[in-house]
Amino acid sequence: MPNPVIFELHKQGRSAEHLPLPAGPESEILASIPERMRRRAPLPLPEVPELELARHYERLARMNHHVEKDVYPLGSCTMKYNPKLHEKVASLPGFAALHPMTPEELSQGALELLVSLEEALKAITGMDAFTLQPSAGAHGEFTGLSLVEAYYRRKGETRPKVVLPDSAHGTNPASVRRLGLVPVEVKSDERGEVSLEALERIVDGSTAALMLTLPNTLGLFESRLPRIVEIVHGAGAQIYLDGANLNALLGIVRPGDVGFDVMHTNLHKTFSTPHGGGGPGAGPVGVKEHLRPFLPTPRAVRSGDRFAWDHDCPDSIGPVHSWYGNFAILVRAYAYIRHLGAPGLREVTENAILNANYLRSLIEKEYPIPYRRIAMHEFVASASRFFKDSNVRAMDIGKRLLDFGFYAPTISFPLIVKEALMIEPTETETRESIERYAEAMLRIAREIEEDPERVRSAPHETPVRRVNESLASRRPRLAWEETADGGGEPPRD
Amino acid sequence: MSYVPHTDRDREEMLRSIGASSVEDLLREIPPSIRFGGALPLPRPLSQQETEEELARLAGLCRGAHGFDSYLGGGSYDHYVPALVGATTSRPEFYTAYTPYQAEVSQGTLQAIFEFQSLIARLTAMPIVNASLYDGATALVEGVWMASGEKVGRSEVLVARSVHPRYRAALCAHLAVSGLRLRELPAGEGGDIDLSMLKESVSSETAVVVVQSPNFFGLLEKTGEIGEIAHAAGALFLQIFEPVSLAILATPGEAGADIAVGEGAALGSRPSFGGPLLGLFAAREAFLRRMPGRLSGMTEDALGERAFTLTLQTREQHIRRDKATSNICTNQGLVALAAAVHLAAMGRVGLRRAALLTQERALLLRRLLGEGGARFPFAGPFFREFVVRFPEEAVRAGLVDHLQSKGILPGIPLEGAYPELGGCRLVAVTERRSPESIRRFADLVRGFRGAERGVRYA
Repeated sequence: MPNPVIFELHKQGRSAEHLPLPAGPESEILASIPERMRRRAPLPLPEVPELELARHYERLARMNHHVEKDVYPLGSCTMKYNPKLHEKVASLPGFAALHPMTPEELSQGALELLVSLEEALKAITGMDAFTLQPSAGAHGEFTGLSLVEAYYRRKGETRPKVVLPDSAHGTNPASVRRLGLVPVEVKSDERGEVSLEALERIVDGSTAALMLTLPNTLGLFESRLPRIVEIVHGAGAQIYLDGANLNALLGIVRPGDVGFDVMHTNLHKTFSTPHGGGGPGAGPVGVKEHLRPFLPTPRAVRSGDRFAWDHDCPDSIGPVHSWYGNFAILVRAYAYIRHLGAPGLREVTENAILNANYLRSLIEKEYPIPYRRIAMHEFVASASRFFKDSNVRAMDIGKRLLDFGFYAPTISFPLIVKEALMIEPTETETRESIERYAEAMLRIAREIEEDPERVRSAPHETPVRRVNESLASRRPRLAWEETADGGGEPPRD
Repeated sequence: MSYVPHTDRDREEMLRSIGASSVEDLLREIPPSIRFGGALPLPRPLSQQETEEELARLAGLCRGAHGFDSYLGGGSYDHYVPALVGATTSRPEFYTAYTPYQAEVSQGTLQAIFEFQSLIARLTAMPIVNASLYDGATALVEGVWMASGEKVGRSEVLVARSVHPRYRAALCAHLAVSGLRLRELPAGEGGDIDLSMLKESVSSETAVVVVQSPNFFGLLEKTGEIGEIAHAAGALFLQIFEPVSLAILATPGEAGADIAVGEGAALGSRPSFGGPLLGLFAAREAFLRRMPGRLSGMTEDALGERAFTLTLQTREQHIRRDKATSNICTNQGLVALAAAVHLAAMGRVGLRRAALLTQERALLLRRLLGEGGARFPFAGPFFREFVVRFPEEAVRAGLVDHLQSKGILPGIPLEGAYPELGGCRLVAVTERRSPESIRRFADLVRGFRGAERGVRYA
C-alpha cells in the first residue's frame, strides 16, 4: 500500500486548535473587506489531527536517503556532514526572530555577522568584495554575470559572448542566456582540460567572460590556468569562477590571486550548510576591485565600531533578493568558518582530495577512469564498458547502489564522458564507509557479469521500485485531485 | 576540528593504496606558481563551545529580536508557527537530503513537494504550482520572464508603483539587459490602482500587467477588474499574492490571473532577518511547459504502485542547458516543506482563523491609533497592514525613539521608497500581537507629549 497523501487523511472538523478565537464575530471582521474582494472559492485544506500528521511525516521521512543514513557521494553536490551546531545557532532567537527592517542599532549582531562573513570569504578566496544576496549557485552566476555586463556597459563596450567549457554545469549556459548573452562552448582536450587552441580561437574582443569551474567537473585541476588567464585577459575579457568546487581549493589556491575577476561560492556545499532536500542554499558572489561598484545594494558595512547599511551605491545593479540573502544559511556558514579557521579549512580540502583518490583507487580496475590523472575532490568514472558488454547503463548501477543502502553518484554528467558516474565522497566520510561503498560497487561489477538483469531491473530493496518517469511527463499530475467520493486516486485516463 | 574522521594511520594507508607519498603529492598537478603559500588570514579557529558562544554573542546583539513588539511587515510577517513545523523540518531525513534525483530513495521529499504544490494550488485556486523559487522578488522576475516568452513581440512590462519597492528594484536589476521595458503605473489617489489610469496605460505593447494585492500599503486591489482590463488589451495579468491573506481574500485564480507569485515564508518560517524565504509560483495550465523550477509529479513504480518523481525535466538547465526555461537549480526545498506542514497543521479552520484574527487586530490598532491623533492617507479596504501618519509635532519631538525605548517597533518608514509619503510609516499586525500590546502602542502614541524628547535607544 502506498503512503496516503495528506488529503486522504482529511476529515472535516478534526484539525488542532492553534489560535485563540477572534474577540468579535466573524461577520464584523469580514465587514472590513468588500464582498467582491473576499474569497469565494472553497478552501480545501486538509483537517488532520496532530498525531496523524506526525505519523504522516514520519512515514515520509523514512522513505528518504540522507547524509545521516549513509554515504551520499553525489558528485558536484558535496554531501558532507552538516554539524548539529549549525542548526542550533541558526535558530537562536536573536537571529530567527529578527525582522529584516529592524533599525540598524537594534540589529548590530546580524550586520556584524554579514560583514564578518564577507571578510572571511574574502580571506579564503582572495577576492576584494562579496555580496551575500544570491540565494543559490545559479542565482550567483546570474548576479556575477550581471556585474560583468554592467561593467562593460559602463565602459561602452559590447561583448555579447560568454565562453564555457563543454564540461560546464548546465546552470552556466542557462544563466548566460538569462542575461541575454550568448554562450559559446569551448572543447575539452584529451587531458580533460580546456583546449588552449580552441580557447585562443574563440576568445576575442566580443567576449565578456570565460566561465570556468575549478577543479572542473571531471574533478581535474586546469593545470594550464596561467595560460588561460593570459588568453582571456589578453582579450580584455573577465574570468568567472563557478565556485561549486571551492571545497577542493581551501588554503591551496585563492581564485582572486590567480586571475579570477568574479566568482560565486555555494555555501551549502563547501561550508556545510544542509541541502534541505533541494535548498535553501546561498550563492555569495565575490569580485575584484574593478567590479565592486556594481555589487547589489544595500551593502552591510563597518562604520567605526558600529555596523550599518550602505544604500549609497550609484552604480549598483540593484538588489537581487527581497532582502539580504538567505541569512540563516549565512549564519551556518559563518559558524563553520569560525570553528574551522585556516587550518581546519585546509584539512577539509586535503581530506576531500584524499578520500576521492582513495575511493577511486579501490574501484578503478572495474570502473575505468577516462581521464587518468590525479583527482581533486571528486572523480568521474565511466560505465560504458558495462553498457557495451551487458547493456547495463550507469543509471542502472546507480539504482543498484540504492539497494545496498547508499545513494547513487551523479549520473550522466559531465556530458563529455559516456555513461558517467561522478563520485564525491567528501572529507567527512570515514575510511570504512568509503571501503563499504567501494565494495558495493565492485560487487555490482561482478553481478553485471553473472546476472546483468538483476542490475538492469534495480532497485529491488527500496521503498518503491523503479519509478516511471516517462508516465509522469506524458500525463503530468502535479497536484492532488479529489475523486467524487472524496478520496483515493484521481481518475485514470 | 574539521569533522574529518581519519587517524594518521588511516591516512598513511589510504595514501599507500592510492600510490601517493603524501597529500602534497596529490596536489602536484597544480602549477606551483599559483599555489597559495601560508595560512589563510582568518581569525584563529574556535572550539565548538567557543563558536556557539560567539554566535550567541552576535545573536544577543540583535536587540530588535528580544523584548520588542514588532509592528514591522512590508513583506516579512511574523505569524504563529505550530511546533510540528520545526519538529518536521529539523529531521535529518529532510534537511540533510539533496534534491530528489534518485526518486526510489527520495519519496519522502517528492511526496512532500507534491503535497506542497497541491496545497498552494488549493490556496491560490491556480492549477499548477512549482516546487518553489528563491523568494517573492525572484518569483516575480521568473513570472515576468515567463510572460514575456508567451507574449513575444510585446516588450513592455507594466508594473504598479504599489508593488513592493524592493521587488520592483530586483525586477529592474534582473531585466536590465532583457530588452523588456519596465513602465511604472502610478498609484491612484487612494493608494491602489486607478482603473481608468490602467486602461489608458495598457497597450498593444504591454506583455504583462504586474499588480500586488494586498499591495505594499496593505490595500486591496480590484484584481478582478484589473485582470479584465489587462486581458482586453491582449496582455497577461500577473498577481503578486500573500498566502495567509488568501484564507479570506479573493484568490488570483478567481481574479483571472495568468501567473500568480508570492512570498511564502509567512507559512511556517521565522523572519530570520529576511531569509531563507520562499518564492511561490503558480500559473494557468497553458504555461505547463514554460514553468521555471522543479515539479514533482505523481506516477507509478515498476509494480504499479503510486510513486512520485521530478518531472518535465526537459525544461530544466541540467537537461536543456541554454534552452532551459530558467537557470534555477537549488531552490528553497526545506522552506517549502515548512509551508506544506504549516498548511496541513493549520488546516482550513486554522489558516482562516489566523487571517481573521490578524485582520481583527489590525483593525483594532488602526482604530486606536486614529483615536490617538494618527491619520491615514488611504481609506480603502486593507489587510493586515496600513499606512499611518503620526501627528507631526509628536514625530518632531521624537515619538519613534520614544516608542522604541518602550519596546515598540512602530512600522517601516516610507519616505525612502515613496517620497510622497514622507513622515508616514507602514504598520503591520499579525495574530501574534496581543490586544494588550496593541493598546499599549496606541496609548503610548496618544500619551506622548514630547516630554522624553532626546531619549535615544541604542
